[in-house]
Amino acid sequence: MKADPKNVLTGSHYLDGNHASAEGGIAAGCKFFAGYPITPSTEIAERVSRRFPLIGGVFIQMEDELASMAAILGASWGGVKSMSCTSGPGFSLMMENFGLGIMLETPCVLTNVQRGGPSTGLPTLPGQADMMQARWGSHGDYEVIALAPDSPQESFELTIHAFNLSEKYHMPVLVMTDECVGHMTERVVIPPAEEIELVERRYTDKEPGETWPYEPTEGVVSPFLPVGKGYKFHVTGLTHDYRGYPVINAETQETNVRRLIDKVNNHVDEIIWLEEKDVEGAEIVVMAYGISSRVIQPAITKARKEGIKVGQIKMVTVWPFPEKRVRELAGQVKSLIMVEMNYGQVFLEMDRCAAGKCQTYLVGHAGGTVHRPDDIYKTIKEAVK
Amino acid sequence: MSTKVIQDQTQEREEHPMEGLLRMDRIPHIWCPTCGIGTTVTALAVALKQLQLDLNDVAVVSGIGCTGRVAGYMKLDSFHTTHGRAIPFALGLHIARPDLKVIVFSGDGDLVSIGGNHLIHTARRNVDITVICVNNFIYAMTGGQVAPTTPITARSSTSPYGNYEHPFNLPLLAASSGAVYVARWTALHIRRLTVAIKEAITKRGFSFVEVIAPCSTLYARLNKLGSGLELMKFYHDNSIIRHGADLKEVDIDYQSKIVVGKFVDIEKPTYLDCLNDAFKKKFGDKYKLYGGGNGDN
Repeated sequence: MKADPKNVLTGSHYLDGNHASAEGGIAAGCKFFAGYPITPSTEIAERVSRRFPLIGGVFIQMEDELASMAAILGASWGGVKSMSCTSGPGFSLMMENFGLGIMLETPCVLTNVQRGGPSTGLPTLPGQADMMQARWGSHGDYEVIALAPDSPQESFELTIHAFNLSEKYHMPVLVMTDECVGHMTERVVIPPAEEIELVERRYTDKEPGETWPYEPTEGVVSPFLPVGKGYKFHVTGLTHDYRGYPVINAETQETNVRRLIDKVNNHVDEIIWLEEKDVEGAEIVVMAYGISSRVIQPAITKARKEGIKVGQIKMVTVWPFPEKRVRELAGQVKSLIMVEMNYGQVFLEMDRCAAGKCQTYLVGHAGGTVHRPDDIYKTIKEAVK
Repeated sequence: MSTKVIQDQTQEREEHPMEGLLRMDRIPHIWCPTCGIGTTVTALAVALKQLQLDLNDVAVVSGIGCTGRVAGYMKLDSFHTTHGRAIPFALGLHIARPDLKVIVFSGDGDLVSIGGNHLIHTARRNVDITVICVNNFIYAMTGGQVAPTTPITARSSTSPYGNYEHPFNLPLLAASSGAVYVARWTALHIRRLTVAIKEAITKRGFSFVEVIAPCSTLYARLNKLGSGLELMKFYHDNSIIRHGADLKEVDIDYQSKIVVGKFVDIEKPTYLDCLNDAFKKKFGDKYKLYGGGNGDN
């Protein structure tokens, strides 16, 4: 399905990443936004609150992030594409209901404009230290999908993509941006609506009484049951069977959790999105995501001018982690380098998958600023030894 | 009489009067004998029948706890959410589908302790949902811990020497936060409770019904108050009906008189009324009313 022209500000704009995220959500057909002010994400909510009245959406500033996350789940079950945004402390508060979204298999999008942590940390400065929280922040076993835009343009595009993934896989999808991307202003080209492909919710075609919320399916997920149409379905955050009914035993737990894990794991090849450059024949591959994937450029250019065979991988999706690709590369290259604004989070996954088959390096720091190109350059020099 | 009973059993089983409203495939339920939640569920079921609503248009949202299990037994679109967050989930559902009647059915610990902030803010906004709060003065599902509703001196598993914290006065809390309909009945005032639930569901705006219910297994036992049935009768017999009572005077002391009645029934624009009015004023004809009466936009 194509985007509704009414929602799409086609044209060339000068926008910051947060405003572009808002436009991405709106273009994707988001009609409910519940959020709570928090730096550096608030501009997303501000833009949505300004834009929604004339396009039939409802923006509500909730009493806290717990309520915001719960409200977007409720609205999504009401059949409306829903979204929220936050930053570190709010992300922590949202984790419980993020887990409910995973368990109920509820499509929605949550954007985390990352700042430095822990705790109140650095409200106005960037970080990428919520990546493991994105992966494991809610209790229990589950898989997540997290995207990392590197620019306002990608903030727009990946927010749409996040909505599409959430509708395809029936789960909350995370857009993990950061203060730098959120507040940098660049050209954003918004295409005509007919060039924006949207995944719409697939509802059951069975009659009430003939179907259940989590029926086993040949497809990725079983079709959604619409509210208010007589299906009288039940869904619960408790471990449940295909009927949505709570069943408290180990067998049902296994089936339920496997379902949540498999729907992502069985489709990693479709979900994972990497942008590779000069990786063929490279001795060293630098991996990065979000703003860091831009920050690595000067160091790589400098190293390549010196004849060092450095390739790069930008991870557009960070979760699920590109395990297969990293294992493959580890057998071919001398070193893998992860550049991220934290003390080694996604690095841990890269290192695990490299499994000792190549050297691994982290260029990390505690956040507050992007990396200095020189630090990355020095690590490349060391890694080539 | 006994002959008749035997005859009835030999005949084909008749449909239980609540069969259309309960998930019979989930019965028996988890609630203890003489728990007050059951009669409250009956009151809701009867209220829905009497209102002759299209049951496709009714959704129930619960949080966590004994009362939180209600969503799982009602044969309606029903959502069993997280602890304390039933109200904001219901808010999202209501805004997405303003044509539905959204009923939050949960307990005192869920709605007033962990979910207290959502209760007051959703009342403040006058969001058009109904909240039925079963108050059994204790955290029952987790084994009888002290709650923000536990009367002073009552024992619980975490107030073994008697509670010394001031409890909430729920009707005062709901009313002062902005609820347009507030009532309190005990679980044995079945007819009056049913009427209150009907009024609450029909009311445009945030309606709140508190139901004083015995917890037979924990509250009654820990405080040596006899069986659940005796406690249910005690609450009923010690209630004073005072419609429109001064809400500052409806606090509940330990095993004392309980003021019940319809306390608040006023008119006030709902959240969506206010939203539509504000944008209509600002944008004029460019603004299309949200909800449109059928929730299609």
